[in-house]
Amino acid sequence: MSQPMLTVKQAGPLALIQDAGRFGVGHLGVTQGGAADWIAFRWANWLLGNPLESAALEIVMGGNLTLVANSDVRLALTGADLAATLDGQPLTPNDSFMMQAGQTLVFRQPRKGLRAYLAFPGGLDAPTVLGSQACTAREHIGGLHEDGKPLKTGDQLTWKGSSATPRQLPQGTLLPLPDSEETVLDMVLGSQAAHFAGRSLFDAFNQPWTVDQRADRMGIRLTGKALNSRLGGIVSEGIPLGAVQIPPDGQPIILMNDRQTIGGYPRLGALTPMACARLAQCLPGTKVRLQPISATQAQAAYRAQLLKWQ
Amino acid sequence: MKLRLETAAMDALTVRLFDAIDESNMAWIMAADEALRRAFDHALIDLIPSYTTLLVHYDCQKLTFAQASTLARSALRNLTPADAQQGQLHEIPVWYDERVGPELPTVAQRAGLSVEALIERHCSHDYCVFALGFAPGYGFMGLVDEAIATPRLKTPRQRVAAGSVGIADRQTAIYPLLSPGGWNILGRTAVPLFEHAKRGEPLLRPGDKVRFKAISQSEFEAAGGDTTPLEERS
Repeated sequence: MSQPMLTVKQAGPLALIQDAGRFGVGHLGVTQGGAADWIAFRWANWLLGNPLESAALEIVMGGNLTLVANSDVRLALTGADLAATLDGQPLTPNDSFMMQAGQTLVFRQPRKGLRAYLAFPGGLDAPTVLGSQACTAREHIGGLHEDGKPLKTGDQLTWKGSSATPRQLPQGTLLPLPDSEETVLDMVLGSQAAHFAGRSLFDAFNQPWTVDQRADRMGIRLTGKALNSRLGGIVSEGIPLGAVQIPPDGQPIILMNDRQTIGGYPRLGALTPMACARLAQCLPGTKVRLQPISATQAQAAYRAQLLKWQ
Repeated sequence: MKLRLETAAMDALTVRLFDAIDESNMAWIMAADEALRRAFDHALIDLIPSYTTLLVHYDCQKLTFAQASTLARSALRNLTPADAQQGQLHEIPVWYDERVGPELPTVAQRAGLSVEALIERHCSHDYCVFALGFAPGYGFMGLVDEAIATPRLKTPRQRVAAGSVGIADRQTAIYPLLSPGGWNILGRTAVPLFEHAKRGEPLLRPGDKVRFKAISQSEFEAAGGDTTPLEERS
């Protein structure tokens, strides 16, 4: 009998193998990578009883990504609603499900949110590079073929575990996905914030921003009333996750998982990791509002989130 | 050297030691790198040194914001510059030629030098690796002779070949991978800068020194260099 696997019958626009990310290698110029909505990603693994940082699929948009199973397997699906169906039947979001040999799993268009996470028993089997299975196209690192490329038609996915220990999601554990309401994004002010001129600091937090089309795993642009920094460029320095960078046009760029490790635009501060996960689910055109929060408050909220998985 | 701690994120601090780029910074930056690595130990997630700063990303399950600030401050209290011998010196052979280095004539012309004199200038200095960033193994080096400093291209290229050696202002660098880029390209090296499949390690590290050495086309080819002209790739 052949190895249990899922075959990619049709590749969507962007399905990437991701884990928690690649850490401890920023000084080598290697980006962090990892699941952009790390909360949904962890829940996907949690639903199968996996270690929470096991490699899973991050499916962006959907776009008719079609997977076929050659044996029975329990999978879990969280994150965006990409109108997923199993042999034509809609799947319940945020739950695990049995996929039987010969069945077809299809992802179509986002109805709410942008990124779905599909977890496999024991985590996906893919090469580990620099301590992580995260896939980054720009760096040609990770992925099934170690070239950082997204899934291609004909790829075969295998996993590490032989069975899953399925669990049910506790009631009320998930934050709603961003929709037409304004999504609030917590951010910690950085010390360069003092260099923002005139009304800029006020405007940063007192206007709705729109998520731009120019958004990917590296950075997400927001558009709105321009912010002006008295600093022009700065000497390039290390960039944390969620850094709110203000280029000369005054429109913020939020730096995400695949950001370059160092950069030279002035920064207002950084979104919290939880806000980054929220932003990763915002479709272009979504209205967001930045909300200042202290580093101490942000850490408390982060720890409270981690406790949910214990 | 002055020390300032700045909030970079919920779980990251920027340690600022200098305001401007200078080769003499590096001994201090590398000393701070070592001191911070030691002090943060298992609570350290990532430490990214750059020209004037270090970004400390710590595990906020292990340290509060206040604890991290205190730890950084005490780690750097009695900082003394690291021994300048610490970094490795790499000699990097480069085939300087217009086919693989399309800006060779324009950079020379701008500096009022012959192409040969430009190459000599580029090879006459041991460059300091200030930081790795932009791409895995991409070392930002400097400072190039003021006379040959050249601003970035107005429109970046979509594709710059792996091994391309370029100048931007007073910085110089080698592209480890095929990538977009706006630097003035002078030539190409066959030396691999980043081989994740083999070692997962970059050739250059912050604090290292690099000396370029001009070689002929046949030497470049013998070393396994790809002579495909840059413009054919874009």
